[in-house]
Amino acid sequence: MTTMAIDSTLGRSRCRWPARILRNRRLALGGGFAALMLLVCIATLPWTNAPGSTLYYNNQQSAQARQPPRFGDGPGYWFGTDALGRGMLGRCLIGGAISLLIGATAALISLVLGVTVGLVAGYRGGWVDGLLMRMVDILYGLPYILMVILFKIALEPPLRRIMGENAANLVVLFLAIGLVSWLTMARVVRGQVLSLRTQPFVEAARACGIRERRIFIRHLLPNLAGPIIVYATLTIPSAILQESFLSFLGVGIKAPMPTWGSLASDGLMPALNTIQSRWWMLVFPCTLLALTLLSLNFLGDGLRDLLDTRDSKLET
Amino acid sequence: MARFIAWRVAQFPLILAAIYLITFLLAWVAPGSPFDRSERKLPPAVEQSLKRRFHAEHWYGFLAYYPKNVLFNGDFGNSFNYEEFTVNDILRTSLPVSVTLGVCAMVIATFAGVGLGVLAAVRRGGTWDGISLTVALLGVSLPAFVIAAALSAIFCMKLRWLPFGQWGSWRDLLLPSLALSLMPMAYIARLMRVAMMDVLAGDFVRTARAKGLPNRVVIWKHCLRNAFLPVLSYLGPAAAMTLTGSFVVEKVFNIPGLGQHFVNSVLNRDQTLILGTVMVYSVFLLTFNLLVDIGYALIDPRIELGR
Repeated sequence: MTTMAIDSTLGRSRCRWPARILRNRRLALGGGFAALMLLVCIATLPWTNAPGSTLYYNNQQSAQARQPPRFGDGPGYWFGTDALGRGMLGRCLIGGAISLLIGATAALISLVLGVTVGLVAGYRGGWVDGLLMRMVDILYGLPYILMVILFKIALEPPLRRIMGENAANLVVLFLAIGLVSWLTMARVVRGQVLSLRTQPFVEAARACGIRERRIFIRHLLPNLAGPIIVYATLTIPSAILQESFLSFLGVGIKAPMPTWGSLASDGLMPALNTIQSRWWMLVFPCTLLALTLLSLNFLGDGLRDLLDTRDSKLET
Repeated sequence: MARFIAWRVAQFPLILAAIYLITFLLAWVAPGSPFDRSERKLPPAVEQSLKRRFHAEHWYGFLAYYPKNVLFNGDFGNSFNYEEFTVNDILRTSLPVSVTLGVCAMVIATFAGVGLGVLAAVRRGGTWDGISLTVALLGVSLPAFVIAAALSAIFCMKLRWLPFGQWGSWRDLLLPSLALSLMPMAYIARLMRVAMMDVLAGDFVRTARAKGLPNRVVIWKHCLRNAFLPVLSYLGPAAAMTLTGSFVVEKVFNIPGLGQHFVNSVLNRDQTLILGTVMVYSVFLLTFNLLVDIGYALIDPRIELGR
């Protein structure tokens, strides 16, 4: 890795101008779209969460609920209506807010837990490595669905007493998905540290008598930034996807509350109906989901290129 | 090396026993059981006798009966939910299906993922970078059930190229393994791209190029080996996950694999089947993780195993 410090100028001069613009544009596009989506979803919460508004996510009107799902009903119903006559637009908006929140929580948990465990295990080696990695192995060995269901059962009653039913359901979902998604991060970070540990610059730092925490933060972390960022950004979409899987099973978010995943899984059958396809019930949540996850992935790439400045920092 | 492998293999029984106990604990603590389902309330006497038949009256009764059988006979007992089947029968019929599908999917994912990732890194910022990333990213940007349903709707319903919902010939393997491979493929491509870009900036690459080696040799012989480490550490869990089946793909394509039992056993609180599926998965996982660690040492001799 130190070798890269020396010829980073060479690597940079190889990058042509159009390529750099494209890279930045990808970063800007990805980050911009994800931020816009987040902003729109959160900014519309006062309407999507207000009973009585046309955008209200659980806006059931008995007259509409008796009719089949329709498309093209005018303002507030641009995304059509679902089987209960609720506007898909409002449901997609609040669903997006919940989905993104799930992703962010999972990424945060995996960042803190996964990086710490991976760093310590990879650097210390020996019995610490053995213990931590076997713990990760055991947690990996447990099926994730079992953990999620158990988390829900164990945590929901006490939380419900504190914060009410809907909030408890959400928090449990956040925790359950977050607590199962740090394992991969830990393994990847450890793998990288394992190969970094034997590099001359780490040995030099150790020989200089630099304290361990400083070696972690100043010498190892910058070299790990690439994989960590890539994995953290990958955690957001994968957590959102995991929630959609839980919704597909019927153990995800509780019924009136939507997420993009639950909307997509609810819309799957109506959309695939060969007699009369209610495509809008699948296409809109899926498009929003796919575009957001795609842009989050692009954001990760762009960030990675942007943060790849460790070489120049070492040079100066 | 041999000592390291022996040491790790010696740990397996202990880890597996720990997983067995923890899983049993979790499954036992979870409220509900296959014997008190709400839709057909059993008379207490019947429920009692059922529980007695399955050794499920008390946790100590369960632990006194089943682990011993698993250890000495490799017998997981009868399924609580599918009463006339033993867990071993279920595993025996469904595991080969899932492994066949999973191996196909992993082969597709590894080759396509590495190819896409290398292409993206070499043509960094170019058109190929964009194309390969977009293709790969579609795999992680749509829920698996949407991809699987879309594939079957296009190729089976609309174009009628392939039969739908059958299992038996190689043609039934194509779409499910493609659907199953998209997710790992995307991960591998991304990891490969990042690692490859790091390696391409190294001194030895410049030296190799200066020697006049063709670009092809530099990339595929010199760089690939070095850039493969992050991919390798992902391959272990990914292979274990893929080879033991996927609920979504099996459900959409109507495949009799193990993935459905993973989920259904938990939803049914079918404790013996939960334990059976978890143990199969754990054995796969431990084996693949060991292989990955050996792979590390083979690819990068600087990594000292067991230290």
